[in-house]
Amino acid sequence: MSEHADLAKLVFGRLTWEAIPLHEPILLATFVAVVIGGVAVVAAITYFRAWGPLWRDWITSIDHKKIGVMYVILGLVMLLRGFADAVMMRAHQAIAFGDAMGYLPPHHYDQIFTAHGVIMVLFVAMPLVTGLMNFVVPLQIGARDVAFPFLNNFSFWMTACGAALVMMSLFVGEFARTGWLAYPPLSGIIASPDVGVDYYIWSLQVAGVGTMLSGVNLIATIVKMRAPGMSMMKMPIFTWTALCTNVLIVAAFPVLTAVLALLSLDRYVGTNFFTNDLGGNPMMYVNLIWIWGHPEVYILILPAFGIFSEVVSTFSGKRLFGYASMVYATVVITILSYLVWLHHFFTMGSGASVNAFFGITTMIISIPTGAKIFNWLFTMYRGRIRFEVPMLWTVSFMVTFVIGGMTGVLLAVPPADFVLHNSLFLVAHFHNVIIGGVLFGLMAGITYWFPKAFGYKLDPFWGKCSFWFWTIGFYFAFMPLYVLGLMGVTRRLSHFDDQSLQIWFQIAALGALLIALGILSFIIQLFVSFRRRASLTDTTGDPWNGRTLEWSTSSPPPVYNFAFTPIVHDTDAWYDMKKRGHIRPVAGFVPIHMPKNTGAGFVLAVLSAICGFGLIWHMWLVAAAGFVTLIVAAIVHTFNYDREFYIPAEAVLRAEDARTRLLASHG
Amino acid sequence: MANSTATVALGAAGEARALRFYDSGGHHPENGTLLGFWLYLMSDTLVFACLFAAYGVLGRNYAGGPSGADLFSLPLVAVNTSLLLLSSITYGFVVIEMQRKRQGATLAWLALTGLLGAGFVGIELHEFANLIHEGNGPQRSAFLSSFFTLVGTHGLHVTFGIVWLLTLMAQVARHGLIAANRRRLMCLSMFWHFLDVIWIGVFTFVYLMGALQ
Amino acid sequence: MLAGCDMVLLRPSGYVAAQQGQLVVISTLLMLLIIVPVIALTLLFAWRYRESNATAPYTPDWDHSIQLELLIWAAPLLIIIALGALTWIGTHTLDPYRSLTRIDSARPVSFETEPLNIEVVALDWKWLFIYPDHGVAVVNELAAPVDIPIRFKITASSVMNSFFIPALAGQIYAMPSMATTLHAVINRPGEYEGFSANYSGAGFSDMRFKFVGVSAGDFDRWLQKAKASKDELTRDAYLQLEKPSEREPVRRYGAVALDLFDAIVNRCVEQGKICLREMMTMDAHRPSGRQSARELIALDLAIDAVVCRADNSIAGALLPSVYRD
Repeated sequence: MSEHADLAKLVFGRLTWEAIPLHEPILLATFVAVVIGGVAVVAAITYFRAWGPLWRDWITSIDHKKIGVMYVILGLVMLLRGFADAVMMRAHQAIAFGDAMGYLPPHHYDQIFTAHGVIMVLFVAMPLVTGLMNFVVPLQIGARDVAFPFLNNFSFWMTACGAALVMMSLFVGEFARTGWLAYPPLSGIIASPDVGVDYYIWSLQVAGVGTMLSGVNLIATIVKMRAPGMSMMKMPIFTWTALCTNVLIVAAFPVLTAVLALLSLDRYVGTNFFTNDLGGNPMMYVNLIWIWGHPEVYILILPAFGIFSEVVSTFSGKRLFGYASMVYATVVITILSYLVWLHHFFTMGSGASVNAFFGITTMIISIPTGAKIFNWLFTMYRGRIRFEVPMLWTVSFMVTFVIGGMTGVLLAVPPADFVLHNSLFLVAHFHNVIIGGVLFGLMAGITYWFPKAFGYKLDPFWGKCSFWFWTIGFYFAFMPLYVLGLMGVTRRLSHFDDQSLQIWFQIAALGALLIALGILSFIIQLFVSFRRRASLTDTTGDPWNGRTLEWSTSSPPPVYNFAFTPIVHDTDAWYDMKKRGHIRPVAGFVPIHMPKNTGAGFVLAVLSAICGFGLIWHMWLVAAAGFVTLIVAAIVHTFNYDREFYIPAEAVLRAEDARTRLLASHG
Repeated sequence: MANSTATVALGAAGEARALRFYDSGGHHPENGTLLGFWLYLMSDTLVFACLFAAYGVLGRNYAGGPSGADLFSLPLVAVNTSLLLLSSITYGFVVIEMQRKRQGATLAWLALTGLLGAGFVGIELHEFANLIHEGNGPQRSAFLSSFFTLVGTHGLHVTFGIVWLLTLMAQVARHGLIAANRRRLMCLSMFWHFLDVIWIGVFTFVYLMGALQ
Repeated sequence: MLAGCDMVLLRPSGYVAAQQGQLVVISTLLMLLIIVPVIALTLLFAWRYRESNATAPYTPDWDHSIQLELLIWAAPLLIIIALGALTWIGTHTLDPYRSLTRIDSARPVSFETEPLNIEVVALDWKWLFIYPDHGVAVVNELAAPVDIPIRFKITASSVMNSFFIPALAGQIYAMPSMATTLHAVINRPGEYEGFSANYSGAGFSDMRFKFVGVSAGDFDRWLQKAKASKDELTRDAYLQLEKPSEREPVRRYGAVALDLFDAIVNRCVEQGKICLREMMTMDAHRPSGRQSARELIALDLAIDAVVCRADNSIAGALLPSVYRD
């Protein structure tokens, strides 16, 4: 009998039926909704006989355009989850005063704020940013795909599987209750013995591998695969920011991998890296995690800056002001982002000179950032500005982000930080720059490049609704938090005694409601645009009178992107081609060398997730089996040498002819 | 639209060449594999840098237990190091034979490299087992935690390298020294030498500086 | 509404907090010098150069101007130089480790004034305040006389917290096995909020205490009230207190064990446990050779933390039997 129990232990580890939260009504209701939704999706796919196309054309696709779209879909789905967490927090904090304890017990509330941070940064912003870079960069540099297409597919599925692990923690077990960076000793095995921190560790490790490899991929792509004539200083500015972002990824994510590995050793093996006894040092964790954490936020914002540069230039009908200056500013920001990490813990007691040094380096970053803002301003100056939806997002960004930047420089003054650290002022600051900067940039970018990806524009009316709800909602949701911070209110509280604070939380809850309407408008926009796609169609491939090479292709581009690789003579290559009277080739096509689709990336990622799940629940057999299968599958994959094929010239001719006819009918 | 071929054709006249906006179809981007692998190696270096940093901060926290001077056997480490450095030399011969297109010799040097690497890992495992048996496992103190992790991570990398090496041997045996296999051999070469460099850091910073306090 | 809300950071009652609040205001004003024109220009340009305004000039290829570039980089640079200087000076003046030189903007600290020493321990999930010079301790209530400099020494028992009284001074982390220091002074009598500003687990939201600034006479009375308590903060009593609990009521101890705070920082309140200080001294003067390991075993060290892990962990399985009893 005990052998039976031992075998069950070996297979199931600490996973028992209690892990399913049947006694928590909110989770139960969510689970039921997810199951119903999931069944509906499966039924729809089956009804439309879409399983084959789904596997062949999307899951196994190594096409950077498809992978980019999948990243964006993943990010948007996770946005719904992360935002649901936000709404729950705002609603709870608006009512949890005095005798009212709110509707979320601290045990649950503490998981929500942890999950909210992890999801928004790592599973919303990162996939959205990576997705846009993936889709746009090869097109902008005149390439057919990224340098390592299979690795690209694998990277996406690793990110998706990391997200899946986080989502599983909702229904099987629970998530961490530590805040999004999981400082020890709180995240150590003594203070957090349950599965929550393990879910955190393994979902981040799995997704982190994907992101790392994506970084390698895009750097190699930009360095090696630019069209002839496109020197570095003739690259589109979005490609420059993508290059710097991916350098940051390659230089920062290994630190995350290492520090989480050390934390997992503390939890699984009993080592003493971050324990209180036997020589451990939790401050080491804080340093390492922020050495990753600060570059991470620049990884998020630099692509947004790139998007804004493209959008301002295109919709002002004018060359970007100070291109060289923008490039230098981006590079300077990239380098400086490694010299500021201590500003996240001035209050840890490092001494005045150390604090002052890091405070000053932090302020110095605001100089190149300010230069960028001015450059955008002077691009608008004496331009002809068209207020399409991406430009609306951009103007709002320029006003909103600078407020957030100001409060950031304020927090960079250590004595000021001593009274503002970990307060709601801090929370307001980083939401100010992430929403005002990253999210607004992503919305601008998605709207801007949507027609390129799908062949029709997004409906402008609902786009404007979304924009106004988001902008106004943001101010209502976060300006009160600045005030609350100045009133001395700290973050991550699930209950308040001071009734006079309540009105501010109620205003913030209203703001969250407005943002919810913004998200709803965006979803409606997606449906309405699809329904109206005939009237919103993009026939020329250049709906905005764009300036960079992606606008020279059809919308959507053919799988090979360019029948003939463009030759570049100037920045704003497509604008240059249009101005100097290029003639689109319609004959003389040659076969095009392309990589083949493969299911290996998906398989390897799923095996990684299985291994992670096994480790979380101490299901050692599952973890070991998953790991061994992973290695074997990877080795088997390397025995496949047949990874490429040629698109015959006739197929290229057919595709290009179809475009010729389309262009003629539009003219 | 009809006369676009004039632009596409390999521009004979200088004027046509100046206004060429499309390549004639011969353009093939450079292969990025070696650059990509180098970038990955740099990221791996950063992982080791973090482990070195952890060792630097925690490496004197003996928690009242043994120190490096108590535990390290420098003669054993010398043997270990020699095996690894030798294996780098043998891998150098792998690359030379590969460039001479001699498949058999390449495989032979690969096998030798693998054996030397396995010897290295074996000695390290023996060292670890002894330490754990004596009660000086990674849980004993922060010093031992960081020692086991740094040295152990390096050993894990060497183990993966050996698995990769065996796989490549099978692939070279099956397909010969085709371009794809030559690229893979170059990548493994970078990996192997990289591990060598890391080891030099390890045995200097950990073993020599630990034992000779 | 803004006038009604009490932005304590901008109107605090302690001199240190007041200086920090001033820095917040000055820095903000300095930056508004750039921010306000930027926002104004953004909205102005957006309006003036909109497509429908045909009267505005349109220069599609103008993308470069050396003078403008110089201005664009120089203006923020100048502001940052000013702010940087403020930062360097302010950070050193307001270093929490630095003893106070002034009671407030008008009065320096006189030579004879002895600072009041208070030892702070962040527990799960309450605050322990020890007055080493007076031999009393209180849970979840802190008092100090007005205009006397205070020197806080701060630690924690298990996880990172942050000791923060917004009206008094900036915060500083409370960390296990470490002692941070904070110097402050309260200039006005009153009742002020104190709490942890770093999330530390289940009872975090209720980890609040009251800080009272009082006259010298009232402070003596407050001390007497504590002294009158029958409870003694012995080492055993501390170990009891250390156990996790939430929403603890105020409790006073009339006597405190000798060197209790030191023992808490060095994690050797329990009998027989080696103090971190001793361990670190041993580590610093390592005798070499295998002899030492046996010597240490002979000293009968109780390495509790290694033994007390969650069940089923690998650590338990790998641990050599020598350390298990």
